[in-house]
Amino acid sequence: MKRLRGWWLLAGVLIALPLLFPNNYYVTVVGAAAALHAILAVGLNLLMGYAGQISLGHAAFFGLGAYSSAILTTRYGWNPWPALGVGLVLTGLVAYGIARPVLRLKGHYLAMATLGFGIIIHILLVQTGDLTGGPDGIGEIPPLSLFGWTVDTDERWYAVLAAVLLLVVLLALNLMDSRPGRALRALHGAEIAAGLMGIDTAAAKTAVFVLAALSAGLAGSLFAHQQAFVSPDSFNFFVSIELVTMVVLGGIASTWGAILGAVILTLLPELLVVFEDYEVLIFGAILMLIMIFLPQGLAGGLRELWARRPTHDGALPPGPPASLAPPGPPAPGSGSPPRDKAAGTAPRDRAIGSVPRDQATGTAPRDLASSSPSVSQDAA
Amino acid sequence: MAEPLLEVRGLRGRYGPVEVLHGLDLEVAAGELVALVGANGAGKTTLLHLLSGLLRPSGGSIRFAGQDLGRLPPHRIVAAGLCQVPEGRQVFAPLSVADNLRLGGYAQRHDPAWLAAQEARIYELFPILAERRHQLAGTLSGGQQQMLALGRALLGRPRLLLLDEPSMGLAPLLVAEIFRVVGELNRQGVTILLVEQNARAALGIAHRGYVLETGRVVLAAPAATLLADTGIQRAYLGY
Repeated sequence: MKRLRGWWLLAGVLIALPLLFPNNYYVTVVGAAAALHAILAVGLNLLMGYAGQISLGHAAFFGLGAYSSAILTTRYGWNPWPALGVGLVLTGLVAYGIARPVLRLKGHYLAMATLGFGIIIHILLVQTGDLTGGPDGIGEIPPLSLFGWTVDTDERWYAVLAAVLLLVVLLALNLMDSRPGRALRALHGAEIAAGLMGIDTAAAKTAVFVLAALSAGLAGSLFAHQQAFVSPDSFNFFVSIELVTMVVLGGIASTWGAILGAVILTLLPELLVVFEDYEVLIFGAILMLIMIFLPQGLAGGLRELWARRPTHDGALPPGPPASLAPPGPPAPGSGSPPRDKAAGTAPRDRAIGSVPRDQATGTAPRDLASSSPSVSQDAA
Repeated sequence: MAEPLLEVRGLRGRYGPVEVLHGLDLEVAAGELVALVGANGAGKTTLLHLLSGLLRPSGGSIRFAGQDLGRLPPHRIVAAGLCQVPEGRQVFAPLSVADNLRLGGYAQRHDPAWLAAQEARIYELFPILAERRHQLAGTLSGGQQQMLALGRALLGRPRLLLLDEPSMGLAPLLVAEIFRVVGELNRQGVTILLVEQNARAALGIAHRGYVLETGRVVLAAPAATLLADTGIQRAYLGY
């Protein structure tokens, strides 16, 4: 199907990489970290990019999943799979519980409330030492195993995380092309009008919030088993900001953008290591330049460049399917009538874009590194 | 006379401490086109917010098709058949024309056959929408957006269609076109409550009219009577 062209492409790339570059650190270790971040970013993009609701506390759900798995498998000796299931249920319940009151808020207030939630969870992880090990975290988390196949090498983790990413992307693409997906996109910037269409806006926002939290919880459980160690710092405020940065940098309201953002924010610090002390500086500068010159993010910017490329007859090339990549403003020459007042009321990235874009430049890339397996993982 | 489709009795509405509607009575019978006219600040949009559940009434009652609407949330009211074209059109700018229309039929999913037929009818009624079905709604002109908003509301299978200032911000020629379409829809059997500042145009196509002034209905009469009476014109219609 046309709509899933991009998905097959992604699957092809994910499979080809380890075959083309066997035993390559950038594929198995950095690639696995990027896949994990992409799972988180694609989930968060459902909430932020499509439904237009910002969350600055998404790392909390990542942490809830990770700690559920860590605590149940180490302290209570559970098998990792039921632990993962319980982690998902817990994450979902917590998300559901806070969604209704928090999602009544909009814009900056919603940002503040989710930020507060993220900080509360982080403090809980630090303070409930008997259960969570406090600041020292929990170690010796057993590996996952599938029908006797133990996931204990970098290559195997790459395979598992890539497979889960493909699953999450498939779900996201199908959701956005469905009736509930349309309802979510309608919510974005026109909540009152969405209500007047008969959409139960509160229920729709709650559902997508829970869905985004569940994907983060799943990523958290996998992360705990992959690292064999969790500590509160992997789920602090900066991680939430990084996730928002991935979504915005890649191009908000695009699943592919979220993946692109996750890959770049994982890979860039690795590549910039050669600059040593200046690494953080250069990283920040690159983020700033991307947002200045490609304000719609990488996916949107690349799409626009593609649309502007010269063609033989001057006609516009067919763009990618709308479900995958909602285009930005009309390309020149598309003959669209002038925008009027109402047309200008809902540019896709206005309300949300402003917050994370400012934050993006202030993100400390070190925290990305410390939360990503590439640095903290022992040589497996 | 049978019970009217919409029956509003003693309706009061307030924003915080400020009461905007001070006990309003209004009714619309099935098949009618009723115009509600009044100047800025008379309470027209407040009334529509109350009718569509965006604002809770602070007093009085709203009965629609024998059901009390006073405490229902917006999506339930739409499901009951009271659909609104909001002020300023409010099309979903980043979505395509086709997706906007599909969202209009959000509450009608249980009847895909009706939806498909109605969608075809809308494209027939507004050929420009068919031409631009894959274009983003935000790139349409004001008049086209108004047509899209109308079509979107019609896909909600309205038993009563509420129109909030459909002429707002449109060129005179387009206004005439929109009112022509609204009149035509009514002749095809759609019951309409038309809220307008453009009193002459609205009363020109309506059966009956209400004149709203500072939160009260000050006049209710057949549209032709309101249009003809020069005293009324000078006092309330501003010309």
